[in-house]
Amino acid sequence: MTYIPISPKERDAMLSTIGVKSLDDLFDAIPAKHRFPKLDLPKALTEMEAMQELSDIAQANENVRGDLISFLGAGMYNHYIPSAVDHMLRRGEFYTAYTPYQPEISQGTLQAIFEYQSLMSALTGMDVSNASHYDGATATAEAVNLAYAQYRGKRKKVVVSPTLHPQYRAVIRTYTQGMELEVAGDDANTNLESNPNELINLVDDNTSIVIVQYPDFFGRVYDYTKLIEAVHAKGALVCVVANPTALAMYKTPGAMGADIVVGDGQPLGIPMWYGGPSVGFFTTRKNMVHKMAGRLVGETVDNRGQRSYVLTLTAREQHIKRERATSNICTNQGLIALGTAVYLSLLGKTGLRQVAELCYQKAHYAAKELSKIEGMGLCFTEPFFHEFALCVNRPVEEVNAHLLEHGILGGYDLGQDYPALKDHMLIAVTEMNSKEDIDALVEVLSEVSHD
Amino acid sequence: MNAPANLKYTKSDEWFDPATGAMGITDYAQSQLSDIVFVELLVDEGDTVEAGKPIASVESVKASAEIYASASGKVSAVNKGLSDKPETLNSDPFGEAWMIKVEGGSTGDVMDSAAYEKYCEERAH
Repeated sequence: MTYIPISPKERDAMLSTIGVKSLDDLFDAIPAKHRFPKLDLPKALTEMEAMQELSDIAQANENVRGDLISFLGAGMYNHYIPSAVDHMLRRGEFYTAYTPYQPEISQGTLQAIFEYQSLMSALTGMDVSNASHYDGATATAEAVNLAYAQYRGKRKKVVVSPTLHPQYRAVIRTYTQGMELEVAGDDANTNLESNPNELINLVDDNTSIVIVQYPDFFGRVYDYTKLIEAVHAKGALVCVVANPTALAMYKTPGAMGADIVVGDGQPLGIPMWYGGPSVGFFTTRKNMVHKMAGRLVGETVDNRGQRSYVLTLTAREQHIKRERATSNICTNQGLIALGTAVYLSLLGKTGLRQVAELCYQKAHYAAKELSKIEGMGLCFTEPFFHEFALCVNRPVEEVNAHLLEHGILGGYDLGQDYPALKDHMLIAVTEMNSKEDIDALVEVLSEVSHD
Repeated sequence: MNAPANLKYTKSDEWFDPATGAMGITDYAQSQLSDIVFVELLVDEGDTVEAGKPIASVESVKASAEIYASASGKVSAVNKGLSDKPETLNSDPFGEAWMIKVEGGSTGDVMDSAAYEKYCEERAH
């Protein structure tokens, strides 16, 4: 499409129609002295000088690819990313494309989304996946929207596990503002050792959905089958927020009977960057597909009998259903979703399981060694995946400053979100941490404990 | 356009059967919506509905529409099987695809079949 700028004649016609003489007249509301402030910029740089300056600034960052050993997780995880992922993402056909307004003309984009949906459905054990949301937190909030729509706004209570990621809980509160919903269970002062089955005590006939995390924020793995059965008996839905890497080795939430499974796709081949962008996956049962937000790609055959892809069930979406739609968001994270699909395709079922097992074994080695340090100890005794809460018996900020001096990025400070867990850090271990890395962490923390 | 003589019709293309208290969408409505893939009834047995207020939501491959009550009254029955067979709204809108039945239904502003047929023809041009 050719871009045709406005001609002087057209501009004059428009100005005279609205009754002003010149473009400058449109800025009359801004006091003259503020219209063109002196910017006092330094002298322009050449490309070579600018590149030097920017790379100097960039080098002030410390990254997890060489500079630092990372044990930081709490929602974003440092995994190995095969180089093919980046090569696929940088292809112009994917990299520059926004969702086309005549989507069926972009069969490649639609096929990529269809593959992503298929992979997510398989990983979570669910029937159907949408084309993605912004991140795990927004996908979780969309589960609340689905439940609200499913009960046509008649059930006003949402039960949220206190061991759901604190930031996810914050996003749920933001999303549900003005919906007149009661969010129960979202209490950082609760007993964090209580069994998740006890959440059933908060569920009543007015409850639309119960949201739990798997593994939970502290890395603990619970089988939610009994809880889900009990919640279903009360007529409500259950959403499981899952770590996709963990799903390669544990029972799927689909097999537990979950109605909705969401999560953040970042562990699947997406860098941690500065905390985003990421991708949120959203999967559900077939009978609720009409209440699901977001785009949905289906496979069909064209008029020549050839396999082809379409956006399907679009009448659910807000551009058609307007104020009656489940959500006012139908944007997806196309490029990042593609990244996860490429990652999963490269690793395959066995490869992803190997990643999960490495994380599990290394995390358990780390936990065993760290708990031997005098004055430190594991906070919980339940089975865990690749993350665990460690009591360090002194301010986490102090401990982390000490670790950083040794080139180690320490764990997440749990006291920020849970007052009872002051002086506790959440340590994440992935396949990226070698035995030497873990031993270094143990050594530095041993020094800290003797200070 | 098929419009049985024993029924009453609304301007928003719903029908009402004064003999049985049943209501649903017309043949004209289903033809305008094209293939219907989803229907959700918004009221339950025992609810009170008011003429002109939503009782159902339908989605076709291209559109979504709210269906309004063609009469006021207390809901005595809802067609529970309809959501499993939304395609019957296309194949049998006046029969199998009834949506709800009301007791003592009083209609609002409705037309007889002759007036409704004329109303549909006018819109076809």
